[in-house]
Amino acid sequence: MNFLTLWANDSATMLRRNLRHIRRYPSLTLLLVGTPVVILLLFVYVFGGTLGAGLGGVSGGRAAYVDYVAPGIILLTVAGAVQGTAITVAMDTADGIIARFRSMAISRASVLTGHVLSSMIQCMLSVAIVVVVALLVGFRPTTGPAEWVGAIGIIAMVAWALTWLTVALGLVTKSVEAASNLPQPLILLPFFGSGFVPTDSMPTGLRWFAEYQPFTPIVETLRGLLLGTAIGDSALLSVAWCAAITLIGFVWARALYDRDLVR
Amino acid sequence: MPNSPSHAAITATGLRKSFGDHSVLDGIDFHVPEGTIFSLLGPNGAGKTTVVRILSTLLRPDGGEARVGGHDVAREPDAVRAAIGVTGQFSAVDDLLTGEENMILMADLHHLGRREGRRRAADLLARFDLVEAAKQRPATYSGGMRRRLDLAMGLVGNPRIVFLDEPTTGLDPRSRRTMWRIVRDLVAGGVTIFLTTQYLEEADQLADRVALLDRGRLVAEGTPGELKRRVPGGHVRLAFADADALETAVRTLDGAARDDDALTLRVPTDGSVGSLKAVLDRLDDRSLAVDGLSLHTPDLDDVFLALTGRPDSGKVELR
Ligand SMILES: Nc1ncnc2c1ncn2[C@@H]1O[C@H](COP(=O)(O)OP(=O)(O)OP(=O)(O)O)[C@@H](O)[C@H]1O
Ligand SMILES: [Mg+2]
Repeated sequence: MNFLTLWANDSATMLRRNLRHIRRYPSLTLLLVGTPVVILLLFVYVFGGTLGAGLGGVSGGRAAYVDYVAPGIILLTVAGAVQGTAITVAMDTADGIIARFRSMAISRASVLTGHVLSSMIQCMLSVAIVVVVALLVGFRPTTGPAEWVGAIGIIAMVAWALTWLTVALGLVTKSVEAASNLPQPLILLPFFGSGFVPTDSMPTGLRWFAEYQPFTPIVETLRGLLLGTAIGDSALLSVAWCAAITLIGFVWARALYDRDLVR
Repeated sequence: MPNSPSHAAITATGLRKSFGDHSVLDGIDFHVPEGTIFSLLGPNGAGKTTVVRILSTLLRPDGGEARVGGHDVAREPDAVRAAIGVTGQFSAVDDLLTGEENMILMADLHHLGRREGRRRAADLLARFDLVEAAKQRPATYSGGMRRRLDLAMGLVGNPRIVFLDEPTTGLDPRSRRTMWRIVRDLVAGGVTIFLTTQYLEEADQLADRVALLDRGRLVAEGTPGELKRRVPGGHVRLAFADADALETAVRTLDGAARDDDALTLRVPTDGSVGSLKAVLDRLDDRSLAVDGLSLHTPDLDDVFLALTGRPDSGKVELR
């Protein structure tokens, strides 16, 4: 069997295994979807009226804020969902099953590929659920199908990049608990960007950070694609950021996976 | 394969490994002929697991060479992996899958095909007495069942060489015997077994050859019989009712070692009926009542004591 068929076969086996895990461990998925839904409802119904008035648009109010915050919530969902990756990878290490895989003549890449693929599926499903809830509470995208496809592409790209990063985080941590804590800052990043309020409403230091961190151009791109706001160079920046994060995550994860097993 | 005798399943030459400045293996050599059981014996922290990890390609040695199934572990790890089955010291099962799903996962990773994979999984589950538990998750298993599943998973690929790192630690005597039977069956089928253990009895029972690992070196290697012969440890142990009886017995029997606290006497013997009778006759002459008697043939405990200057293994923490 050549390298590619071996990789494809073993990755499919690993993917089946991971998808079975997702079904067997529904509380994790529930948590990953539940968190952004709760935050969405909180921001729309509790803060939405005031925040929407502060946006300064013509319509203003809660309805305007739902549209503003939805792209941020979508990214929050992605950032949260990939935490599940770190947890499942760390669980595999704790179970010792990774050591077993490593002593078998299987495609070495397949273990990580399986995790990345199942995590992507879980992530995109979570996003779909959150988008449905957002639509139910009044999110009204204004653009056409082509832009939707573009938006899905951006979301998948971000999920792909962050998944590789969290696979590495799952491998680098020594316990499942640490693995669930380490990616926590990812969840905060959409807040410290243009995800929930415009960056020019922030104090200088924070604004500087918000303008240069990766989530801001990504949110702006998504917002542009869904609501027709200006995108500018945000799309290019998003792609560059995602490519860089993917590369770092991939190289790091491979190096961690190939190092001597400690346990 | 060049420069590896075809009859050696595993060879190690000058294996060295340190963690930081803590040297764990300090030049280890051994070879394991095909179709035999080799047992690596050593106390906690001796480096047994480290050896298994190196031989199963999970850890790179700092120095030396190891060949498994005719392949160099450092240069051809995939060829080594294709030849081996590993059951590590700590269980390596997927807790979210059932026993059967774990087996089928292994079958899929060995590319056995759907039908053959299922057949082989069912076969092994039956052989390891796990049919009833097959549809349950390992979380509900007893320690012995979990260990058996662990071992069964390592056998799905029909490996020619099997590594077992302390396969019976923590098992009750019955499960231990089951595990021994399984190991013997495997060897009967031509499989080579590399087994580590802290139990001297286990090595004695199973192994064709035993090596004693102590402080990073092999302090002895040979058949259990050979090792025992190196150690003059055979004796009869006599227990007495009181100190007076013990005192008289000491004067009666030459070369006996007394233990005043336990009121016992160790009398060296070669274990023959004649020598035993001679001892009893002399006690009889003095009309000395013996409370209890046990015959002690030298075992690996004695070997350990003789070769390392320390009493056995399992009870000593070296960390
Ligand atoms: N990854 C590691 N980093 C640092 N030290 C290690 C590592 N792995 C093992 N050691 C040390 O190496 C020594 C040998 O460990 P090893 O696990 O091989 O012993 P063992 O004979 O299998 O012991 P046990 O009977 O307890 O399983 C121990 O002192 C241990 O602390
Ligand atoms: Mg060990």
